[in-house]
This record gives sequence, C-alpha cells and structure tokens, in this order.
Amino acid sequence: MKEMGMGPNDIPLKAGIFGAEAWSENMRRDIEGTMGIKAYDIYGLTELCGPGVSFECSDQHGMHINEDYFIAEIIDPKTGEVLPDGSLGELVFTTLDKEAFPLLRYRTRDITSLSHEQCPCGRTHVRMSRLKGRTDDMLIIRGVNVFPSQIEAVLINQGYPANYQIIVDRINNTDTLDVHVEMTPEMFTDNLGEVNKKQAELVDGLRSMLGLKAKVTLVAPKTIVRSEGKAVRVIDNRKI
Amino acid sequence: MSVKQISVFLENRPGCLHEMTKVLADSNIDLRGLSLAETSEFGIVRLIVDDVLGTATVLKDAGFINSLTDVLAVEVPNVPGGLNKVLEILDGAGVNIEYMYAILGNKKSESAYMIFRVDDNTKAADALNNARVKILDQSGLSAL
Repeated sequence: MKEMGMGPNDIPLKAGIFGAEAWSENMRRDIEGTMGIKAYDIYGLTELCGPGVSFECSDQHGMHINEDYFIAEIIDPKTGEVLPDGSLGELVFTTLDKEAFPLLRYRTRDITSLSHEQCPCGRTHVRMSRLKGRTDDMLIIRGVNVFPSQIEAVLINQGYPANYQIIVDRINNTDTLDVHVEMTPEMFTDNLGEVNKKQAELVDGLRSMLGLKAKVTLVAPKTIVRSEGKAVRVIDNRKI
Repeated sequence: MSVKQISVFLENRPGCLHEMTKVLADSNIDLRGLSLAETSEFGIVRLIVDDVLGTATVLKDAGFINSLTDVLAVEVPNVPGGLNKVLEILDGAGVNIEYMYAILGNKKSESAYMIFRVDDNTKAADALNNARVKILDQSGLSAL
C-alpha cells in the first residue's frame, strides 16, 4: 500500500480477521495503522471445525472460545496434568456437538493460557491468550507448516550432507527462512556462476517441497554449531 | 601447456581471508598469483603457487574446501596494446573467457603474465601457439 502511495484512509475496509499463524501485538498495531482497520485474532484447527473455535471481541482482549461446542483445558505437555487459569501449557479440546468426528481431550500442540474472568465486553465464555508456540518441532512460517525433516530431504536429494541449520526470523512483519548448508568438496568449483547455480537449485528444491521461498546460505564446512555431537537444527529469532 | 590453479571456498565475513593466508604463511607457501571473486555471502579465492599439490593438501588439512582447475598462464608483451593483441587472438578462435587475472612476473621482465580461465583450453592454446604467444607450464611459471 505504501509503495502504491495509498494511506489508511484510501480503502473503505473497517476490519480484518487474521488467523493461521502466530503474530505479535506490534504486528497487529502495524497492520491496523497501515490499513486503517481493526485487526482481530481468530483461532481454529482443521480437526475441530477450521476457523471458528475462538475469536476476539471488540475489546481485543483474548479470544472467546465457543464453549457451547468445545470444552477447553490447558495441560502440562509432559505430565498431562491440568493447569490453572493463567498458566501456559498445551491447549486440549473436547467436542460436544460433533457427530462424525468427535474428539475427546484432543491435544492441539498449541501453547497458550486460559482465563475464566468475565471480559469487559460482557461475555462469560472462557478466553485463550495469543498463541505462544507449539510443543513439537513444527515451524509455522508465513502460515505454512514446515518440518525440519522436509528441508533435510531436499538437501539429501541434491547430494548435500544433512549438516544444516534453519534460521527463522521476522523482518518487517514477514517471516524469513534462511537455510545454512555446509559446502562440500563435491559441490565446489572454481566458477562463481556454477556455485550460484547450485545454490539456486537448492532454493528451487525447497520451494517445491515447502511452497515457500527460502534463502540458502552456503557456509564453510564444520561451521554449523553442534552441541554434544547433535546439530542445533533450528534457531527461531522471531519475537512474538 | 596449462598450469593448475587452486580455488578455495571462503565465507564472506571479516577474517576469513586472513585465516587462509595464515595457514599458507605458516607452511611457508609463496603466492605467485591471486584473484578473489565474491558474492554477498561467499567468495572464491583462486591461487597460483609453485607447489600445487602440497598447498592443496595444507589447505584441505586446515579445513578449507578447494578444487584444482587447469588454466592458461599466458605471456603478454609488456607494451601498450599487449593484452589487446592476446584477446584478439582468443576472440578470433571463438574462445570464451570465464575470468582472468594478472600474476607476478619478475621486475625487469619485458612481459606481463596473465592467468586465463577459458571454456576450451586446447582451442585457446592452439590459437595462441599459432600466433607465437608464449604459454607457461608449471616449471616455466616456477622459473619466473
């Protein structure tokens, strides 16, 4: 919009509903300021009903869970113990009205907390806070689910060893994925163009595997940090 | 006819080039020629030395990925238009130059020396030989 010379008053939109991936309060304010809208958070998962499990009200103060359809609990992901209001833990759902695909205490792997306090808007349904992350190693990058094993598959497929590091960041409110790959003698030539071409092939391979544009950085051998013999695969620098 | 060039992979960050030159210095390796090509993330250093295999081994042992390439070390008359004449010959033979760089000769030499990385060494060497342009081999290079 800025590039097109458009300001927040140039579009008649009043509100937007944003889901599918975690975001920060700063990111919300940025979207609201740039587009001149109110930006609301929504949460859902395919196994329950897709979007519509919970949503923010006009107070933007946590997402109201549709408790007439779902029972929500927060558990300790390690012990399974139910945690009190305000504690961060794994969100668990039981469905009350699903007939073909009912779920009992279904573990979402999403990390959040619950509050049973009445919302300033007057509703009494339980609210969940902004998502803090996931319990498994799956990364959500620009709304796309990414597993490190997918990246590993692309590298191995193109003849690279599985020495790699995934660096995720958020720059100007857009997730960035940078895959560091260790250069090998087999892949190296004296020709800059040839090396660039190999790098581009990796970018293409990752795009067709993940559906995402990733950056590939070729690094010197044995430079990727290993702790106790096992490589540190993912560095997530996003502050949410 | 050709000489061996050593190409070394380096990351493009402060200190990388120095780490490599330190390894060479510690092994008492004399550089005859050097050229650096870089992108924003990595660089390729091309080296011309007398002891190619020894140097390549030293670099490999120190963890530097390197590869050997046959390149032409061409004697260029040290006069205005000298390089132009050589390029004219290569152009006439339809040879594509991937890259080139100058290397050290000796101080009083009437010739300059340049390394040519071309798409077809044989074709380029034949054209230069026919035009009586001198191409150095490894011992000729060492004798400079």
